Amino acid sequence: MRIELERRASASGLFSVVSPLLALVLTLLAGALMFLMLGKDPLYALYSFFIDPLLEVWSLHELAIKAAPLILIAVGLSVCYRSNNWNIGAEGQFTIGAICGSILPVLVPQWHSVLVLPLMLVMGMLGGALYAGIPALLKTRFNTNEILTSLMLVYIAQLFLDWLVRGMWRDPKGFNFPQTISFAPEAVLPELLASGRAHWAIVFALVAALALWFMMRFMLKGFEVTVLGRSERAGRFAGFSARRMVWFSMMLSGALAGLAGISEVSGSIGHLQPSISPGYGFTAIIVAFLGRLNPLGIIASGFVLALTYLGGEAAQLSIGVSDKVTRVFQGLLLFFVLSCDTLILYRVRLVLGTGRNVDVRS
Amino acid sequence: MSEAQVPEAGTLLKVRGLTKYFGSFAACNGIDLSIAPGEIHALLGENGAGKSTLVKMLFGVLQPSEGQIVWQGKPAVIGSPGEARALGVGMVFQHFSLFEALTVAENIALSLDPKIPLAKIAEEAKNLSRDYGLPLDPNAHVADLSVGERQRIEIVRALLQNPKLIILDEPTSVLTPQEADRLFETLFKLKAEGRSVLYISHRLEEVQRICDRATVLRHGKVTGACDPRRETPASLARMMVGSDVAGVERASDTPLGDVLVSVKDLAVPARTPFAVTLSGISMQVRAGEIVAIAGVAGNGQGELFDALSGEVTVPQDDAIEICGRPVGRTGINGRRLLGAGFVPEERHGHAAVSDMALSDNLLLSRSTSDRKAFLSGGVFNVIRHDVIRSIAKRICGEMDVRKSGDDPAAGSLSGGNLQKFIIGRELDRKPQVLIVNQPTWGVDAGAASRIRQALIDLARAGSAVVVISQDLDEIFEVATSIAVISEGRMSRPYAAGELTLEKIGLLMGGIHDSTSPREAVHAH
Repeated sequence: MRIELERRASASGLFSVVSPLLALVLTLLAGALMFLMLGKDPLYALYSFFIDPLLEVWSLHELAIKAAPLILIAVGLSVCYRSNNWNIGAEGQFTIGAICGSILPVLVPQWHSVLVLPLMLVMGMLGGALYAGIPALLKTRFNTNEILTSLMLVYIAQLFLDWLVRGMWRDPKGFNFPQTISFAPEAVLPELLASGRAHWAIVFALVAALALWFMMRFMLKGFEVTVLGRSERAGRFAGFSARRMVWFSMMLSGALAGLAGISEVSGSIGHLQPSISPGYGFTAIIVAFLGRLNPLGIIASGFVLALTYLGGEAAQLSIGVSDKVTRVFQGLLLFFVLSCDTLILYRVRLVLGTGRNVDVRS
Repeated sequence: MSEAQVPEAGTLLKVRGLTKYFGSFAACNGIDLSIAPGEIHALLGENGAGKSTLVKMLFGVLQPSEGQIVWQGKPAVIGSPGEARALGVGMVFQHFSLFEALTVAENIALSLDPKIPLAKIAEEAKNLSRDYGLPLDPNAHVADLSVGERQRIEIVRALLQNPKLIILDEPTSVLTPQEADRLFETLFKLKAEGRSVLYISHRLEEVQRICDRATVLRHGKVTGACDPRRETPASLARMMVGSDVAGVERASDTPLGDVLVSVKDLAVPARTPFAVTLSGISMQVRAGEIVAIAGVAGNGQGELFDALSGEVTVPQDDAIEICGRPVGRTGINGRRLLGAGFVPEERHGHAAVSDMALSDNLLLSRSTSDRKAFLSGGVFNVIRHDVIRSIAKRICGEMDVRKSGDDPAAGSLSGGNLQKFIIGRELDRKPQVLIVNQPTWGVDAGAASRIRQALIDLARAGSAVVVISQDLDEIFEVATSIAVISEGRMSRPYAAGELTLEKIGLLMGGIHDSTSPREAVHAH
């Protein structure tokens, strides 16, 4: 007996909806098994991981804070991935965006103006876009692999930030802590509601998701992204330029990652420090795929992944497990999402009998 | 499979009720076939009739869902190509599996026992190829060889295993008429030795010339088993297609108008080591004219199409003129705006994106030329899906595109129907100039005659048409004048009546008035 994957005549509509849900269920089951093996009550553990954080207004605000950068980055990445450009370096673009956006509040703190905050956001986007332009340049000029270059640039960005906040940008009155001066009030992204910390970043995220959804669904640009992603040759026949698409998609996703970076620093942290992200740029890759590379789906999956961050923090306190559990859940989720996606194009069959069957259709 | 079989004398291979399902679709449905020793047996059928699936089951690439294969009187399960070779079945695929950077002997060694030294393989291959009239230099690099020579490698590779049955999949589709003649001599030699040949083709004359028996497939079923010599091409075609194929009505002396396409000394360097360099290509196409460019595959047709369409631009702006305007440096959409339409050879992933809907594929080639009708919203370029869908529907109606559903994915259509859509997409614009590469490649006979008629009608209405094709029948059917491309150089266009099959064959083999042939082709 063997298990055979049989290609469906066309993509299954049912399974493109069911597959992410199935992946969620399988992740929960695997998670329960993991808690059981750690000697914890699996039901209570899952409850405190996934339900408890949703029951208080305070933690709903935290959820929005964590979901915002994930959604912002992931919608940008979805355009990249749909056009077949594999930007893995959003974490670096996030970091450089945060640094560029912080130039004004750190270097000219005496300038008080309503222009400061918009300029910070624009500079953050520019920084992220230009940093993503490096792998775009390398790809279009030298045909280098953008997966490798964008990933390597993450570490350069992180070490550059580290060097800045320990060196020339360090707060002279900061007791030698590796961080910059705190941002002046007009450089801080305001809170949305009086009830908690959630700030404007989540609005940026929702607006970006809706705008990109509109672009992908109704605009010629979105069509161009899809065509070039499916077949570069067909794109050339349509008169679209694959080279320009590399630049467009990389710089768009870089700009959104940069906006996420400066929003996080300005809205949540209030200064620069060596670590400004719990891996948002990498987790956003999971968000993008869990959301089926569809901006509306990404809004939903962004909140799901944000919940794993909150749950990890909560579980540390309530059941005493390491916050590495968060990473485990994210890894399980990506694994199950990608494997469940097989069901969209393939049907699983159990075949009795022997003999090999190689379906080679030329 | 326990029933004892009485060996049947005089049958090498017998197939009973062979069926293969892909999902619920039966690509082969209850096929019966028997092949005698020393017989050249034709397997006829249109694209999608199930020939390839059947042959893949015989060669162990696919496993049958139902039915039985009896080899020399004993039921056989052929689990892999290796097992098929061990039984004595050899196969020459339509698309060669050769490494261009390796030599002939190295390519052959790849399919043999790794312990045999290369020198011995080279020696044996040389002897064998000489014995069968397939001269080959074992030390030549495959990249330097013509398509005909590459096919010989595949044949020699199959022969080295001393097979009792050799399966050839559309072997002459890549050969000049003279090369095909030499292949036939080899096949007769094999037959005289008592080996059997299963010969897959859709070329009826060939089958009548060399085959002893024929099995005809349609929609996965056997629709006829006959002696092809006793049939007429029309009766064979009827078995293949299931109905009479409409003949193509020729244009009767359409008055020629202005020169709409002019190519002057076009040269395009090869972009990859294995691409063909174009040099010194010149032609003029007038309104009302269909110029066909004949040639064996891989002699620069794709490169020529890319240069004509503007997917690849050239530095000399006046090397190509469309409707009197120099366009050498203009991209494909700029040329479309001048009134040109283009149909590339490859349907999937070039002319169309397989998993996108037909309406999206309509937008694919016409987003710039029809932007007023297809887009709105100013700089936002919002796609007017409703308009595009209704035009896609109109094209499907006009070209008789059979499809399931209202706006299905391009990949769900059969090759012929998708090609009708792709041609219809351009015709719908009433292009002044139409440049088509292999218009009916892999298309069923009904769709092919429809497409050829559409090309003739377009020229008759006053457009200039360039048809790049490997199919000589097609060329003689539609062309008003014919040029031949070989190794990236093109002959001057000849009036269609001026050329014989033999003359074209010589030109295809690279015998130009000026150049010396690299490989001597013996004209018979």
